[in-house]
Amino acid sequence: MKAYDIVIVGGGPAGLAAAVAARKSGTDSILILERERELGGILNQCIHSGFGLHTFNEELTGPEYAARFVAEVKRLGIEYRLNTMVVDISRDKVVTSVNREDGMFSVRAGAVILAMGCRERSRGALNIPGYRPAGIYSAGTAQRLVNREGYLPGRRVVILGSGDIGLIMARRMTLEGARVLLVAELQPYSGGLKRNIVQCLDDYGIPLKLSHTVVDIQGKERLTGVTVARVDASGKPIPGTEEQYDCDTLLLSVGLIPENELSRGAGVEISPVTSGPVVNESLETNIEGIFACGNVLHVHDLVDYVSEEASAAGRSAAEYVRGLSADGAGTVIRMNPADGVRYTVPFLIRPERMDEKMTVRFRVGSVCRDCYVSVYFDGERVLHRRRPVVAPGEMEQIVLEKEKILAHPGLEVITVKIEEA
Amino acid sequence: MEKRELICIGCPLGCPITVTLDGGTVTAVEGNTCKRGDDYARREVTNPTRIVTSTVTVEGGCDRTVSVKTRTDVPKSMIFDCMRALRGVKVKAPVHIGDVIVPDAAGTGVDIVATSEVEQQGAGIV
Amino acid sequence: MYDVIIIGAGVTGSAAARELSRFHAKICVLEKEEDVCCGTSKANSAIVHAGYDAENGSLMAELNVQGNRMMTQLAEELDIPFVRNGSLVVCTAEADRPALEALHERGVKNGVEGLRIVEREELVRMEPHISDQAQAALYAPTGGIICPFRLNIAMAENACENGVEFQFNTCVENVEKTEEGFRLRTDRGIYEARCVVNAAGVYADRFHNMVSGRKIRITPRKGEYYLLDRTAGDYVSRTVFTLPGRYGKGVLVSPTVHGNLIVGPTAHDIGDKEATNTTREGLDELAVKCAAAVKDVPLRQVITSFAGLRAHEDGHEFLIGEPDDAPGFVDCAGIESPGLTASPAIGRMAARIVRDRLGLTEKEDFIAVGHDVLRPDRLSVQERNDLIRRHPEYGTVICRCETVTEGEILDAIRRPLGARSLDGIKRRTRAGMGRCQAGFCSPRAMEILARELGTGMDRITKSGGDSRFIVGTDKDSL
Repeated sequence: MKAYDIVIVGGGPAGLAAAVAARKSGTDSILILERERELGGILNQCIHSGFGLHTFNEELTGPEYAARFVAEVKRLGIEYRLNTMVVDISRDKVVTSVNREDGMFSVRAGAVILAMGCRERSRGALNIPGYRPAGIYSAGTAQRLVNREGYLPGRRVVILGSGDIGLIMARRMTLEGARVLLVAELQPYSGGLKRNIVQCLDDYGIPLKLSHTVVDIQGKERLTGVTVARVDASGKPIPGTEEQYDCDTLLLSVGLIPENELSRGAGVEISPVTSGPVVNESLETNIEGIFACGNVLHVHDLVDYVSEEASAAGRSAAEYVRGLSADGAGTVIRMNPADGVRYTVPFLIRPERMDEKMTVRFRVGSVCRDCYVSVYFDGERVLHRRRPVVAPGEMEQIVLEKEKILAHPGLEVITVKIEEA
Repeated sequence: MEKRELICIGCPLGCPITVTLDGGTVTAVEGNTCKRGDDYARREVTNPTRIVTSTVTVEGGCDRTVSVKTRTDVPKSMIFDCMRALRGVKVKAPVHIGDVIVPDAAGTGVDIVATSEVEQQGAGIV
Repeated sequence: MYDVIIIGAGVTGSAAARELSRFHAKICVLEKEEDVCCGTSKANSAIVHAGYDAENGSLMAELNVQGNRMMTQLAEELDIPFVRNGSLVVCTAEADRPALEALHERGVKNGVEGLRIVEREELVRMEPHISDQAQAALYAPTGGIICPFRLNIAMAENACENGVEFQFNTCVENVEKTEEGFRLRTDRGIYEARCVVNAAGVYADRFHNMVSGRKIRITPRKGEYYLLDRTAGDYVSRTVFTLPGRYGKGVLVSPTVHGNLIVGPTAHDIGDKEATNTTREGLDELAVKCAAAVKDVPLRQVITSFAGLRAHEDGHEFLIGEPDDAPGFVDCAGIESPGLTASPAIGRMAARIVRDRLGLTEKEDFIAVGHDVLRPDRLSVQERNDLIRRHPEYGTVICRCETVTEGEILDAIRRPLGARSLDGIKRRTRAGMGRCQAGFCSPRAMEILARELGTGMDRITKSGGDSRFIVGTDKDSL
């Protein structure tokens, strides 16, 4: 069986950044396994611009952003296999894949970096009643058809969910000649970035109805219409508020779910909140030597943060295979998301292992204005930062400093919470 | 004096900006957190512009289409003119990032360029 | 002139077709949809019932028990995923115990083997997630679960291989008696046959009433279902029913042969024979009712919901045979639950009636064996690699949720009565049936289908007719 120091599952933005960082940290033997016939992952179909301001200080389209990392991977001579589907990752880090040329083959990995990304929630998961005709697509499927293949999946479109892909597709389909009648959002706030509301909906006069959902789907062969209704505070449709939309297409942009079937198979502990692995400060899962980054770990709003996080995972994996991070059995501090904070990544911190500065990313459960992001070391408040607004659609982050944590011997819990002004 | 409220689209932060106008002249920009926001706000109230992205058909390539964009912003009112300028455009593989697909799109003075690589069919199979 | 025309390529029509293909006869199946298995046969509980439900002495009881017994051999012959996982009918109130005992007794009289009542202690050992209210249950070890698509498709494919002709997208509009037999007017011309087998599901009354003065009525009885992700597939290991009691008929919770969990059905009589839509009320009802026998069913893991229409005949009995005023017209009507289970027995019974009417003789060269789409994941690594070397398409995974390869999809398209739509591919390979519900694989499967059929992407449908995915190309209306 062939062996590699690091095997990276997924050649999207996370896998690429992890590979580059691991290579630059001194690991030579790296293999990226990618199921598509090119590297770059979902970025290849995100042809809109707005990527890379953080990473490259310029505004790039998705394929351009991906191309920079792909070029770096090629320049560094990092090995990758395309059209290759990983079918199993074992607890002892044997990664089994299948492709046309090699058939089923296994490689032994010193460390594994999980970078499989996420999938879209489907209609079934939403439980929308009605018929099951053609014309219902997840926004990402429509994005692939329109942006990669040049096909129009419909001409009169209703979009359910105001996640970024839905907003982006509202604009894309409008530009390509379709008419987008409505974006309906179940929540009282949008799930996407504010700037996407402006440049994807407002620019084209596409209405956004918050606290609305699709309550019925009509059409036995091709979709012929949907019924939209207002929902109450608990998300239940309010009888009498139904409106009929004649359309041939319903796009769903109702959430992303980290794709962790392989991780589960390896025995990786999955958080019920993020649906991603529970990781420590090194982005290492409960299985030693298996790391995770990007949307398989938790769903990000910006690819720049994915790259940043994945680089950290790549560096950690490189340290692991060099034996630098053999378990020191030191103290473990638990991260405690509280009062409006749904989760934090990482979930655990071993202060001895952390970098001088470490970014903790998290999301809030609901929109909150004029509030504070607060951090407590056990009972003591150590950070109290004012935020004009925080929203579930946008990832938040704070930076923890190793020095300050070490200055609190005996520290057990770091709490991150939202506090009212 | 006129005040206009904007959400900056310059970066994902989406800062709320207030622009004060006096007879068509911008007299104040508030709420932005960087220079980019100031630029955006001034442009948005006088001559709003956008980058337009789309795809065109590729012949003889590994992909059916190649993604494209206007190299720089174009006037918002010209977005659909740029789209129409792309209608029916076909390019031959290979296509490289930055290749000009349509020069001076719709008279905007801005070129439409490729944003992805498309290899020739049969080439580069790994 | 055909010897026999079968109306409907659902599980009943396909079973009849297979059984009739044992005889020397010219046989044609007319199906209004684009594929086999498009009506009730594709949207049901996927259960092989033991046979304790139907009234003693009814045809329903007889054919249920017969069908159940036939299933083992049939599944082996035709390569159909089938497991005798056993079923439990749970009694949740002491007051209902007499009803449980009555059910036991009825089952014994129907000839169901191995029935016994299990008490709570044993029940909890068998099914740890059984309801806290569960007192006892009727355990039927012969109960099973099956892939209803493969059952239907396998019988049709086998019939086809044995010479039966299938005409799809052919809707029978009228049936009339003639000197020689019957004339069927369809939207694609006239068909004539000496005998007709009426396996038209919810429409069987329509055709029956065209040739017989003894009118029957079939009411579509809608059943809505939830299908849960594989992660919930082992929540119960047997099929768990609720004893019909004070709160009406309950819903079942069962594993499927593919490792999912199924919850359903509701039962509501409706007027529209095409109304296969799910409803808010129906889905909410499932959520409440499934708790009666199984606690905390993980409904967060629902990946899809669907509805099927049972062909409920007023007398709640299978009507199989020739009306006395229409000899040669063989009804298979009122085939509601346990119709899937009984289908092999119904097919055999209908075929024997036709045989006797036409004096058909058996073929010597009947092929009894059929093969499912080849599944690489059932092979050893060595065998799989040999397969990929010979056919590299088996190395390309198209559906990641169910791990379906391009090779399997090509097999589904190229085999007899092959898939012509994405739903057709799905029923044959499971591509698109997993947790992402075809979001990932549908553009890829569409491409393969378009290539194989030599047509454009804009012609590819979900399920035939006007169910197209693509309506144009970018910028075509700018």
